Amino acid sequence: MSPAIAVLERVTQVPGVRGSLVISATDGLVVAERLMDGIDGRAIAALAANLIQRLVRATAGAGMRIPTFVHLRGNTGSVLAAPGRNDLVLVAVAGVDANLGLARVEMLDAVGRLA
Amino acid sequence: MTDDIRALTARLADEPSSLAFLELGEALRRRGQLEAAYKIVRGGLSRYPDLADGHDLLGRILGDQGDLAGAFDAWADALRFDPMRSGALKGIGFLYFRAGNIDAALEHLQRAAEIDPDDESIAQALARVRAAVRAAPEARPEDTFAPAAPPAASVENATAATSLFPGSEDGEQGMMLVDGNGLRLSGSLRSPSNEDVGDRVAAELAGVSKEASRTTKLLGLGAWEAIAVESPEGNLFLVPPTPHTVLLAMREPSLPMARLGLIAERAARDARAWLGSQQ
Repeated sequence: MSPAIAVLERVTQVPGVRGSLVISATDGLVVAERLMDGIDGRAIAALAANLIQRLVRATAGAGMRIPTFVHLRGNTGSVLAAPGRNDLVLVAVAGVDANLGLARVEMLDAVGRLA
Repeated sequence: MTDDIRALTARLADEPSSLAFLELGEALRRRGQLEAAYKIVRGGLSRYPDLADGHDLLGRILGDQGDLAGAFDAWADALRFDPMRSGALKGIGFLYFRAGNIDAALEHLQRAAEIDPDDESIAQALARVRAAVRAAPEARPEDTFAPAAPPAASVENATAATSLFPGSEDGEQGMMLVDGNGLRLSGSLRSPSNEDVGDRVAAELAGVSKEASRTTKLLGLGAWEAIAVESPEGNLFLVPPTPHTVLLAMREPSLPMARLGLIAERAARDARAWLGSQQ
């Protein structure tokens, strides 16, 4: 099992997490994914990459470094993102019933293991 | 019934477990519908008995109703769950002042000012108490605050004239309202090195809002409600007060994100009211 897949396994085991993937932030491509059926990894990758890029520019404008964690909350679920090294971002999609605190801890721990 | 109250009532009916009761209770309180506000907030607190925000709001409602003992208890509950709750400290400070206990009033207002040094309403309340003590030590405290005004409003109104975020604990610093074109409507933002970065960040936020909206919609997550961003130098919290505006709250990372979220949500409520009054 590759390090990326091992990381995704851990994140998707958090209750309420529907799937997770590792993406490339600059081009929005999927590096590895672990998703429930019916979830389009390419769409998540493209959308999350765009949002992260915007937020990176906003935080840079505010004189701050790249975000360490991002939580986009919709009224029926969330997108979580943890930017890591080498342009990689660990992304998870979670339902409203998800344990977001645990997901955050797992993601912050896991993203450090990505090359 | 105004549109915002109707919308909040519908939202609460759809999602009885949501925190919409806070917005609805505050909207009803501001319209003077105190009994309805009381029932809504009481109902919300039965679900969230540990929510300091709810107890703080209940204190304001009871204060407006003239139930000062009840207001005191509610604010004391708010402080039990959140000792840094400046609104509750301000309310209790005011009640002590009315009761003639100047020392306790000053102590509570000073603590509130230390927690939220940018909140002009606290600074002004503190200045008024000190001025009243200097001018007429024997004067009744009621003479200082307008007797016709409800208690909570008396303290809060000090902010209304000077801030576009009346009622916000943190005033305008570190808080910004931006329109759909990335133009700053209100507030200001400084970088960790104290540089004015408001316009630069505002220009990026319009794109963030559009991207967030697109992401949640296409992923079937409904409308976007908030974005929390953690960074080593500070935390950001974004909320959309209206579909075409974004409110940003920025604070040091030592402030818990959940607390920053509550500050942003409260400021968004004020921003919505302000935007409504501009139309």
